[in-house]
Amino acid sequence: MTIEDIQNEIIDEFSMFEDWEERYQYMIDLGKDLPIINDEYKTDSNIIKGCQSKVWVHAELNNDKIEFTADSDAIITKGIIAILIRVFNNQHPKDIIEANTDFIDKIGLKEHLSPTRANGLVSMIKQLKLYAIAYQTQIK
Amino acid sequence: MLDVSKIRADFPILSRQVNNKPLVYFDNAATSQTPEVVIDTIVDYYSNYNANIHRGVHTLSQEATDKYEIARQKIQAHFNAKFSHEIIFTSGTTHSINLVANGFSALLKAGDEIIVSALEHHSNIVPWQMLCERTGAILKVIPMNQEGELIMETYDKLLSNKTKLVFVNHISNALGTINPIEYIIEKAHAVGAAVLIDGAQSCPHIKPDVQALDVDFYVASAHKVCGPTGVGMLYGKEAWLNKLPPYQGGGEMIAEVSFEKTTYADLPHKFEAGTPNICGGIAFGAALDYMNAIGFDNIATYENELLAYATEKLSTIEGLKIYGTAKHKTSVISFNLEGIHPYDVGTILDKLGIAVRTGHHCAQPIMDFFCIPGTIRASFAFYNTKEEIDILVAGVKKAKMMLS
Repeated sequence: MTIEDIQNEIIDEFSMFEDWEERYQYMIDLGKDLPIINDEYKTDSNIIKGCQSKVWVHAELNNDKIEFTADSDAIITKGIIAILIRVFNNQHPKDIIEANTDFIDKIGLKEHLSPTRANGLVSMIKQLKLYAIAYQTQIK
Repeated sequence: MLDVSKIRADFPILSRQVNNKPLVYFDNAATSQTPEVVIDTIVDYYSNYNANIHRGVHTLSQEATDKYEIARQKIQAHFNAKFSHEIIFTSGTTHSINLVANGFSALLKAGDEIIVSALEHHSNIVPWQMLCERTGAILKVIPMNQEGELIMETYDKLLSNKTKLVFVNHISNALGTINPIEYIIEKAHAVGAAVLIDGAQSCPHIKPDVQALDVDFYVASAHKVCGPTGVGMLYGKEAWLNKLPPYQGGGEMIAEVSFEKTTYADLPHKFEAGTPNICGGIAFGAALDYMNAIGFDNIATYENELLAYATEKLSTIEGLKIYGTAKHKTSVISFNLEGIHPYDVGTILDKLGIAVRTGHHCAQPIMDFFCIPGTIRASFAFYNTKEEIDILVAGVKKAKMMLS
């Protein structure tokens, strides 16, 4: 599936929920399916800055596609990073770099996009894209 | 007794909704809300007499100057300072602390010791660390116990004739502990050290008497006492303020300027370079008038009731741990739910219209002491109610259910 396909799938899933509670409950459940980062990569240098909770992300290049793993000590943050990784996992770096992330708005999580939000959704997206930029240079 | 429903009607913001729920504002330790009378003062200033002060001969400038200086006198009276020129307007507590820390650069030498407490906000730590870097002075720390109380036996031992300055908060922002500042001041003076008390968290609850305390410096922010942001004050004993060099150079703070030599203005202007927050200063005075009309004894009695009620109700939630259980504390409750990150709880509470602070509260050393990433902090003001505390308790239970 392309990044856009996955985003549309997530938008469909979230459209079924009637209130914030169901949305957050689902996000919390998604956090539980997050591909968890290997302990050896759970280092301070892999912590994403700008989050009130800790978020670690690791990226590896396999067959020209990026595999992300992550973890967080906060459950809602874990849900948010899980959604992002579901969108970007096993995608080509170039597609990740070019992807837009408007879907966040469409699934009712726009409030987390404000740069003042402590969870650092903006920082997470930036970090995932930075990994993609770094690996893109390796492919060439 | 407070007529809380009447008081609530003074605060326009308290009737708004957040996420389609009535706002429950429990982040008062971060900033207090603003009553209509203070908002009116701000509007009145910009509508009727906005002008620069202390220099214009025209009527507006004189009106603004008069009101600004009357505000200084109100602050003087509130803190019972001996002279109004002992009150310096600043941009807030952090600015006040930096002003004093900068001044002490000229007074300290390598090997001198200064003492801080383990309970401080970063703004009462970092300026002094910078002072130590500049002068070679050594920073010592008064430790705390598991209840979040400073250990005075260790403080006694830290003091010596090398001690030049002691700076502690009157009340801890993260835990609500009321520190024994009378004792701290007396002991510091006995070895010839000066004392700065950070009153950012005490002024919403207590009316400090700087002469009775015999404190050398006392600092506070307007926005914690129903005033606007961006303005605060430094009280300093006249002798100390004369001894400290100016902090910032500019207009207003000079007597005469030439390229050969500039002489500085007298107190308080020596420390008030540039156009100040005139409107803010005047509104600060109005805010103190408002709180004094309600009465600090009434405020303290009522807030203690809220604290006791909230402590009791929150304690019934299984797995909830309160940090900071000092014998003497104000209406601040820092807590966590076992196994749940404070950020998650804060996010759910926000969805329920409840404003609390989550995180390390700019007091990382305290969080490190308890080995936690942060806490959820609910801080109550005289306009809060027990019904709101019930909403908080229900919200915490809901968050626990969703996040477990």
